[in-house]
Amino acid sequence: MSQPPHSEASLTDPILERLGPFPRDHFLSASDLNAATAPALLDLADAFVDFNRGSTKALDLMRGRTVMNLFFENSTRTSSSFEIAAKRLGADVVNMSPRTSSVAKGETLIDTAVTLNAMKPDVLVVRHGASGAAALLSQKVECAVVNAGDGRHEHPTQALLDLLSLRRAFGDVGGLTVAICGDIAHSRVARSNVSMLSMMGARVRLIGPPTLVPGDADRWGCEVFHDMREGLKGCDVVMMLRLQLERMEGALVPSTREYFRFWGLDREKLAWANPGAKVMHPGPMNRGVEIDSEVADDLTVSLIQDQVEMGVAARMAVLAALSARLDGDAA
Amino acid sequence: MSAPASNTLAVLNARLLDPASDYDGPGSVLVEDGRITEVIHGGGAVAPAGVTVIVADGLCLSPGLIDIRVKTGEPGAEPKETLKSASLSAAAGGVTTIVIQPDTDPALDDPAMIEFIQRRGAALGLVNVRVAGAATKARDGVRMAEIGLMDEAGALYFTDVDRVIANTRTLQRVMTYAAAFNALISCRPADPWLSEGAVATSGELATRLGLASAPAIAERIQLERDLALVEQTGARYLVDQISTEDALETLARARARGLEVAASVSINHLCFNEIDIGDYRTFYRLDPPLRPESDRQALIEAVRDGLIDVITSAHAPAPAEDKRRPFAEAAPGAIGLETLLAAALSLHHEDGLDLLDVMRPLTSGPAGLLGLDAGVLKAGAPADLVLFDVGAPVVIDADTLKSKSKNSPFDGRRLQGKVVCTFVAGRRVFEA
Repeated sequence: MSQPPHSEASLTDPILERLGPFPRDHFLSASDLNAATAPALLDLADAFVDFNRGSTKALDLMRGRTVMNLFFENSTRTSSSFEIAAKRLGADVVNMSPRTSSVAKGETLIDTAVTLNAMKPDVLVVRHGASGAAALLSQKVECAVVNAGDGRHEHPTQALLDLLSLRRAFGDVGGLTVAICGDIAHSRVARSNVSMLSMMGARVRLIGPPTLVPGDADRWGCEVFHDMREGLKGCDVVMMLRLQLERMEGALVPSTREYFRFWGLDREKLAWANPGAKVMHPGPMNRGVEIDSEVADDLTVSLIQDQVEMGVAARMAVLAALSARLDGDAA
Repeated sequence: MSAPASNTLAVLNARLLDPASDYDGPGSVLVEDGRITEVIHGGGAVAPAGVTVIVADGLCLSPGLIDIRVKTGEPGAEPKETLKSASLSAAAGGVTTIVIQPDTDPALDDPAMIEFIQRRGAALGLVNVRVAGAATKARDGVRMAEIGLMDEAGALYFTDVDRVIANTRTLQRVMTYAAAFNALISCRPADPWLSEGAVATSGELATRLGLASAPAIAERIQLERDLALVEQTGARYLVDQISTEDALETLARARARGLEVAASVSINHLCFNEIDIGDYRTFYRLDPPLRPESDRQALIEAVRDGLIDVITSAHAPAPAEDKRRPFAEAAPGAIGLETLLAAALSLHHEDGLDLLDVMRPLTSGPAGLLGLDAGVLKAGAPADLVLFDVGAPVVIDADTLKSKSKNSPFDGRRLQGKVVCTFVAGRRVFEA
């Protein structure tokens, strides 16, 4: 490994100290981590945060490795976050958007996997509209697969970066009361966060209209509220979810104005949460639908910008750890 | 009787009828500032000085009627009926609260419309004008309406009125969503395919008259579906205009299972049967269609034993040009606000129902269902009252009714029961 400039050495040391192999071959679900492995990964991510704030952002932990970004669904922030993370680790990055490739011509997901596998990537980062797509791919390829969102199932790196943001804001996630608000039913972010937050000892509440909260959500070990003010009482964190536009025009929710009136986060509703409560949103936001700009842009309560920054660091930690596991396998 | 000089009133020595407390006996009611201040059972009450006194010897005093299913033509079809003409009809009929149906043009499907109707109604200074909101936008059966915002604006319940929400998934979502606001959803139980084009109930009569008909089970089938959704979603539900014995049995089974479901019946289905169609008389073209006498008897029994919570007028004005047509082409529906009390009293005079059992689904029944503080004779309740002569014979003459449309199936009928005086918030809004 080439030495970075001297002033940066103090930033790379903590990374190298904390870097260990990822606990699984793939990162498909929040449940691939546990109460012991998640904090270790967060410690590593913490080191990447400091490193990313330095002036030189190039490492060679993944030199010679190929990371393939395979995004079947449109994405700007997640795909660029993974791309930047991989490049900062020194990997070669290939971005594929199958929307414009042979998949659009009718190739099945498994055919695509077999084709890509033959090109010998080391890590495949996948987003797909079907729940379980990332798991299916992982069974057909020899490389590590990272789930960057599969249907309404999971988005584990989002939950990891949310955890990182919370840990940095509160010190400890255990004992926090976190309200996840909005379209729980269709949200992979919610599913990953429920399991990861619960794993780390936080109490999770789900708040939303009954058409957007699964009827059996209470069996996830969460308290369910349909009245947002009631639900926010005593919360330390308010995690807002994006409402997909196609769900707003009467199918599941009558209108955006009614949604905002009852489930949009504004100052008045936020005042029901604990003093000092923080607001999160995985982005992109529908301002004036699920969140009022006044709240979203208030840096004293909003962690939304932090979340984007933590996203790169958390994904660097995941990629570096997966790469370390590959190194270990090779050795 | 002199007009009240101030907002204080005493009705002395009446026969009080208060279904909420099961009281039928002599008594007096004192009113101040629009509310009942005291209800005195027995005789001998003395009015405070300076109060307008009505000595009601021999007359009945009950809470004003609450009619939860009233159609007008405002907005969109004002020649049929306006809020004013409907309010005047209500007052003349002893009805002190009307719930306007949302099947206007445009439909009452957003909070501004709900507020508009309430404001217009209040400005008339006659009866309490309340509103039901549409369950789906423009009553299209597809897009859920703004139930939360309309609920905040004062809508009492949500319904697509005569249109059935055929798409089960839409109704499931409406019910699921409404549960967040504890909002009441009202549905007409009529299988839309079996009922398509039908103007009569399948049977010997419809066959002989050659009328397109729907089998009575069309009602039960849809009700079974709705009740299954109620069970799943936990919604509050009102069966709108139940009309068959079959459906009553379904309802009774659901109640026995502990489902919170309410039911209404129209006065027409309690008073008429399919024989009244007679020689294609279009004033008896109703939706749901009139049923055999056995269904009518079952409905009366259901009122008696409390299975039915609400009797409505199903007031549906239709101008002569819409009624003077071949039976199947005539507009369905009948007016009924002004004749509601006398028609309901026929259940007492002719069908042997106890007077309180007749009055309950017209007063405390709907009030309880809709969470209104009216419909009872007790201190603190609004002084919405009707004073009537329970035995006075009347001959209904549709031409003298206050509704702008005259499509009354009671035209020419001899009934007993005459409204003497109607009070809303202690103010006299009608005097015979």
